[in-house]
Amino acid sequence: MNSYRLGEFHQFCGGGQEYLYLVPSGAIFALNDLTSAIIKRLDEDNRTQVELVSDLTARGFAGTDIEEAIEELHQSHAIATGKGFSTEVQKAPMPFPLQTLVLNVTNQCNLSCKYCYEFGEDRVATPEGKPKFMSEETARNAVDFLLANSPGRRSVHLTFFGGETLMNFKVVRSTIEYAREQAHAAGKYVDFSLTTNATLLTPPVIEYLAENHVGVTISIDGPKELNDTFRVFSNGKGSYEIIVPKVKELLAKHKSRPIGARVTLTSQVVDVKRIYRHLKDEIGFYEVGFAPVTTSPVRLYAIGNNGLNNVLEQFTELAYEYLDYALRDEHHGFSNVSDTLQELHAGISKAHPCGAGLGLLGVGPSGDIAPCHRFVDSDAHKLGHISNGIDRATQAEFLERGHIERKIECHTCWARPVCSGGCYHEAYVRYGDTGHANLHYCDWIRGWTHVCLQIYGEIAARNPKFLGHFDERKAI
Amino acid sequence: MKHLKAINRKAHRIEDYIASEYGDVFALQQGPPPQQRPHYPMGCSLVFQPGWEVDATGGTAGLCQPVERDLYDCYISCFWPAQVPDHINNYPDWTSKCASATKDWRNIDLVFP
Repeated sequence: MNSYRLGEFHQFCGGGQEYLYLVPSGAIFALNDLTSAIIKRLDEDNRTQVELVSDLTARGFAGTDIEEAIEELHQSHAIATGKGFSTEVQKAPMPFPLQTLVLNVTNQCNLSCKYCYEFGEDRVATPEGKPKFMSEETARNAVDFLLANSPGRRSVHLTFFGGETLMNFKVVRSTIEYAREQAHAAGKYVDFSLTTNATLLTPPVIEYLAENHVGVTISIDGPKELNDTFRVFSNGKGSYEIIVPKVKELLAKHKSRPIGARVTLTSQVVDVKRIYRHLKDEIGFYEVGFAPVTTSPVRLYAIGNNGLNNVLEQFTELAYEYLDYALRDEHHGFSNVSDTLQELHAGISKAHPCGAGLGLLGVGPSGDIAPCHRFVDSDAHKLGHISNGIDRATQAEFLERGHIERKIECHTCWARPVCSGGCYHEAYVRYGDTGHANLHYCDWIRGWTHVCLQIYGEIAARNPKFLGHFDERKAI
Repeated sequence: MKHLKAINRKAHRIEDYIASEYGDVFALQQGPPPQQRPHYPMGCSLVFQPGWEVDATGGTAGLCQPVERDLYDCYISCFWPAQVPDHINNYPDWTSKCASATKDWRNIDLVFP
């Protein structure tokens, strides 16, 4: 008789309840005493059904229950026999309908943040000889392109990005109006968002963004001395004093969409809790998201392994604060947790780390199409031009390179359903290959996913109705 | 599933898949078993009863009453000798061990006329 062995999963506890996070499906099941005992037995050694039944009947479980539980564990792929299960990954249907287009309306910026991937030592863009500002015509063509290449989607998304987005506000405004008209004519709904450094927010701009329900993300790194470490003007002067009054005015007047802050962590700026408290409580952002800087490991501001461990500790503390809020049915603005919980709740299992080159594309000021905003203006990553569409062969090559099947190192990692090797741009900066797994942050990803699973488990055990918040898909 | 509890959406999808792939016997009524009541026959095949053979979708999962009820419809109210024994004269105790048709139908006596 075939003996059973453990399948692929990550076991975790939350709120006194044991769970399995199944890999690669991404399903989360709660164990009872019996299924937990079976898993424990198989963790010691492989066992046949007869052996399991005899072991566990001796512990007081009923034989029929044991057989049923074994069957349930096997059917859900938590335990396996023989060669196990075939895990062939489905290929995405092509051409894939677009959902989001990121328009880099300019590659110019009025700040000179020292860590910027667009201007710094690690930049991938080759903007020489290309337009610096997107023209109205290119932006309109991009809108037409989005609407024409999103068959079957009722709702599409347009994001404005830069450089500093508001340096080309004229085009942002005319594009929003044009996109509304065209989407209406095509029977689709379009919504808008933008990212800005807030330096150019004026009362009329704020009023326009609020009236037009434009989602706004502000790049800001925390209190003055932290923000001004890297986020400076070209003369070296910090940007904090300039932007904070403008941000406060935006938060006071723009109530039609939640406003988020986006923080870049560096070796000098890692005080996550302090930054969060400042941005959420003192300035009043709805949510705050953090990301370690993308850079080559040799830069002084790169976060090394010790730094990442420190960040994980602080993320964990803040994540448990999120949990306390969730158990009281209250909103907490630490968006790294809510984003991860959303993915865990859906049980997504990614074949590609993100939608870049698939449902999301970036468009540069010249009209060149890139996998995402981070590759805009890079000749090496051009996927076509807005005037003649996507070069399907280059797109297929890019996607194949980034597919999880190709990332051998990921095949034994339990966190691959949520990570799938990580950011293409980060991989390119680190390893010179968009399809390379981001091996420098594997421990971080597993550590963080484990923390979020425990929090998910505790919410599921103690306040399951809160998980209903994650049923609705959040806009990108 | 009895021993594993689906928590996230993917787990619920897997649970549904397993039920459709491996499940062999399905109850015809959804929800907890109804409270046992005396069996009152409700017409027979001459009477049009929506929900008798197929449900609104053309399947059997949502029938308004269990198929076992057929036995009684042909037995007490509308004796039909080709299908069930005659309870008036020859087999008055045919269903005496069967308190609930949906549960105890296996206890109905075999009859060899």
